[in-house]
Amino acid sequence: MGEMAVREEKEQDPRIPRIVSCIRVVPDFPKKGIMFQDITTLLLDPKAFKDTVDLFVERYTGRDICVVAGVEARGLIFGPPIALAIGAKFIPLRKPRKLPGEVISENYILEYGTDCLEMHVGAVQPGERALVVDDLIATGGTLCAAISLLERAGAEVVECACVIELPELKGRERLNGKPLYILMESR
Amino acid sequence: MHLYFFGMLSLSFLHKVPLIRSPLLPQPSSTSRLSPSLLCFHKPSFRLPSIRSMASEGAEDHRLKRIASTIRVIPDFPKPGILFQDITTLLLEPEAFRDTIDMLVERYRDKGISVVAGVEARGFIFGPPIALAIGAKFVPLRKPKKLPGEVISEEYSLEYGTDKMEMHVGAVQAGERALVVDDLIATGGTLAAAMRLLERVGAEVVECACVIELPELKGRDKLDGRPLFVLVKAA
Repeated sequence: MGEMAVREEKEQDPRIPRIVSCIRVVPDFPKKGIMFQDITTLLLDPKAFKDTVDLFVERYTGRDICVVAGVEARGLIFGPPIALAIGAKFIPLRKPRKLPGEVISENYILEYGTDCLEMHVGAVQPGERALVVDDLIATGGTLCAAISLLERAGAEVVECACVIELPELKGRERLNGKPLYILMESR
Repeated sequence: MHLYFFGMLSLSFLHKVPLIRSPLLPQPSSTSRLSPSLLCFHKPSFRLPSIRSMASEGAEDHRLKRIASTIRVIPDFPKPGILFQDITTLLLEPEAFRDTIDMLVERYRDKGISVVAGVEARGFIFGPPIALAIGAKFVPLRKPKKLPGEVISEEYSLEYGTDKMEMHVGAVQAGERALVVDDLIATGGTLAAAMRLLERVGAEVVECACVIELPELKGRDKLDGRPLFVLVKAA
């Protein structure tokens, strides 16, 4: 069952409408036909940005989460404030050859071709409870790779958290059974 | 008379602070499996203290020491001869990460700063928490073709060749006071480009803030007189 900050009775957290209104849609980016959900305009509204972080922090405080993993690059914007507020460590999951030192790698499928996500060896200990954060879930490929990396290191992925979901792309189904929490669906 | 006495106390306090020799196996268990690296010096960067209580001086020094000790040096990355200053190990220590942000927030909170601009990608880690705490907007400065919509571009020199940095049109208004944040300043090329982008749209760059400086690379000189604040200098 999907989870978002809109409860079934259509009761919505009062902070959501402002957050939704801050998201800018840019057509035909990065290529024709794609309606790009741009979160940079959310970051320009301090109250909406703070509300976004608060909504996640309220959900994850007191759940014994000691790792927040953020997917490069926009997960690096939302993950650290959440980690700081809940007292967890922050782990960047990055494109190849960006992380120095020893890493583990996970390949994943794109529309055309493959890509790869890396995590530092030793960043996560077995048994640690982890949250994966990104700005948006589309096909779920990136989040799936993130979950794999954490699980290969022995962590328990508690949930994936994104600001925006593109529900038609059914990314939710690619998360290895892990729950997904979102604040809004695509505009 | 008592000012002179306090001045003497301050100097002696400074002499008590050793150069930080940071073992490259950070001690806390969460990072105990990181690969070993060379010993390095990390010297906390601080000015002569203004007149404050010794207790707060001790607290600031303690925070800086811990921040410095969590930074890992990786030799020969991204290429031979470079000692890479890795802040990811700092992010694995929640208290050290919190202290890093707190020290920067304390410095900038009452300066009328309405924009924090963070340089991709590690500036995205430090910039937003500062922006959130001081009530400023966060503006990501990115490599080419990452930002959707209309952008302005600034070219800057690399060791070999050039690169470009982009900012959204309309993100920053003329007259806004801005802070530029990155994890580290090396040659200063990236920060100088960031400053130029902001100034081209009429913002006033109040300061550049980094966790780490590599002083021998003289990046500070590229900043055109704009102040630079760092927490740690790496020898």
